[in-house]
Amino acid sequence: MSAAVDPATRPGGAGLLSRGVSAVGRSLLPILVVVGVIVALWYAAAIMMNRAWTLDQIERRGLEMTTSEIIADTLSQERPVLPTPVQVATELWNTTMGEPILRERRGEYRPNPRSLFFHAWQTLAPTMLGFALGTLGGILLAVGIVHNRAMDLSVMPWAIASQTIPILAIAPMIIVVLNSIGLEGLLPKSLISAYLSFFPVVVGMVKGLRSPSGMDLDLLRTYSASGGETFWKLRLPASVPFLFASLKVGIAAALVGTIVAELPTGARFGLGARLLTGSYYGQTIQIWSALFMAAICAAALVGILGLIERLVLKRMGFAR
Amino acid sequence: MRAAMQQSLVRSGMMPAVGVALVLLGALVDWRLGAILALWIGAWLVNVLISNTARGGGVRFLVPVIFGATLLGLWELAVRLFEISPIILPAPSVIAETFAANTDILWADFQQTILKGALAGYLIGCGAAFLTALLIDRSPFLQRGLLPVGNFIAALPIVGTAPILVMWFGFGWQSKAAVVVAMVFFPMLVNAVQGLKASEPMQRDLMHTYAASYGQSLMKLRLPTALPFLFNGLKICTTLALIGAIVAEFFGSPTVGMGFRIKIEVGRLAMDMVWAEIAVAALAGSGFYGLVALIERKTTFWHPSQRRG
Repeated sequence: MSAAVDPATRPGGAGLLSRGVSAVGRSLLPILVVVGVIVALWYAAAIMMNRAWTLDQIERRGLEMTTSEIIADTLSQERPVLPTPVQVATELWNTTMGEPILRERRGEYRPNPRSLFFHAWQTLAPTMLGFALGTLGGILLAVGIVHNRAMDLSVMPWAIASQTIPILAIAPMIIVVLNSIGLEGLLPKSLISAYLSFFPVVVGMVKGLRSPSGMDLDLLRTYSASGGETFWKLRLPASVPFLFASLKVGIAAALVGTIVAELPTGARFGLGARLLTGSYYGQTIQIWSALFMAAICAAALVGILGLIERLVLKRMGFAR
Repeated sequence: MRAAMQQSLVRSGMMPAVGVALVLLGALVDWRLGAILALWIGAWLVNVLISNTARGGGVRFLVPVIFGATLLGLWELAVRLFEISPIILPAPSVIAETFAANTDILWADFQQTILKGALAGYLIGCGAAFLTALLIDRSPFLQRGLLPVGNFIAALPIVGTAPILVMWFGFGWQSKAAVVVAMVFFPMLVNAVQGLKASEPMQRDLMHTYAASYGQSLMKLRLPTALPFLFNGLKICTTLALIGAIVAEFFGSPTVGMGFRIKIEVGRLAMDMVWAEIAVAALAGSGFYGLVALIERKTTFWHPSQRRG
């Protein structure tokens, strides 16, 4: 059903992820080939980009190295321009499995700031709280818009226009302002996630609640159904596929929002903070591992939503 | 039918009464709250009245404008009456003054971030994605491999590559353009590939019976049918481009640019200047989007989504 949405408002990449995942079973080989090519290109780029430093070292120390030794060195530098996939994977493993999540200090257990799981949780918790708030608010506003013409005319143009504004770029400022009035911790970050997931849900839900055809509405009228009954038995069920499409866009936006919100505010914990400290101290491997952790989180969140979507839609009898 | 009319009459009669009651209640608690509620509910009643009685194109324009103006009025009123510190939230009038007084700085930032960083990256990224789509269009194998990977990457927080790309390409606008390229490439690629597949087998068979060459069927059939998809991708990418260009400046930039200015002025707690930059970003974002939507309207006037209802 969501495929029938006209292209002008169809969600971008995120909504398509689950379709990509379902295609995995059918055609694993092409994907593996493409991923293999990407990894090969990555290694080639790593050799090219890290070569300058190695050659410089050779010249300074007056070493003699064969080509294979030079290549081996470019792939195992401590602060490479471009770390290799193996280096990133090793760092990911060491900072997740190799580090305890809780660490004993002065007799009590505290979260271990070396564990990437801890940082990921610092980012995921506000993302999910904000996503829940934004979704709830978005659904409520959409119900209001569908049932009230004045609300529709007033709010809808602004909801659509707000999608074109790069609001994400001002996320850090909102954090600073909220901190200055005494709000700290989970809430400021989750407010940004809430804001970013709010509008996709409003727009998708309004579309979904309006999706029943005139025939369906006429049928309910011949049953002499009240407005409430029409809503619960026709409009709300019909809106579910649209809701899931916008939820997947919304949660991806919410995660990006939290990460960006952590950037210039000097946050000490969280994936965004890992990116920033990594860029300050030239720890490229740390940046890449934070980036991959963010990617894993995004894929997991969208994947879980896609799974729930498939179960719910199957249960509701939508042909997929 | 009559019951429904009675109900709506009762409701429209009730609403002002409820509104007045709310205003009085607010005024009892605090006269300033009463004033704000009076403005809000008054404007809302006007909107309800207009949208329930009048029909036509003017209403579609007037009601959102009244709503937006009301929000600005509420903001101004709340800041003035409750004497909110300008460090937390400056009034819209103060922001407008700052905007007018600093147009030269704002224009320089706009040039650096939007015209150089975002626009260059947008053109390179979308162009490269389109060419890639044309290339892999001829190979179903590559499509089956690249599309899932592209879909996957399009959902990832690409903005996180900003520190890496700033490290590689330096602090100038080139690194911002690189971030924008990375952000727009895959959403555009996915849309372009889908668009090139949008023509129907019957239509392609028809071109085949005309003995049309690959280029002819591309130009006359497949590109036109792909246009709605291409424009969908182009529109999504406008916002992404601005976000990428501004966020990349948080990681290092010359002493000009919108992201740079936001970062610096937040540090100096000069929120009016930050809000002025946000206004520029909002105007640039909706202007950019509007421009692409306008071109879409002119070129895909035949598509159902462009018909005026």
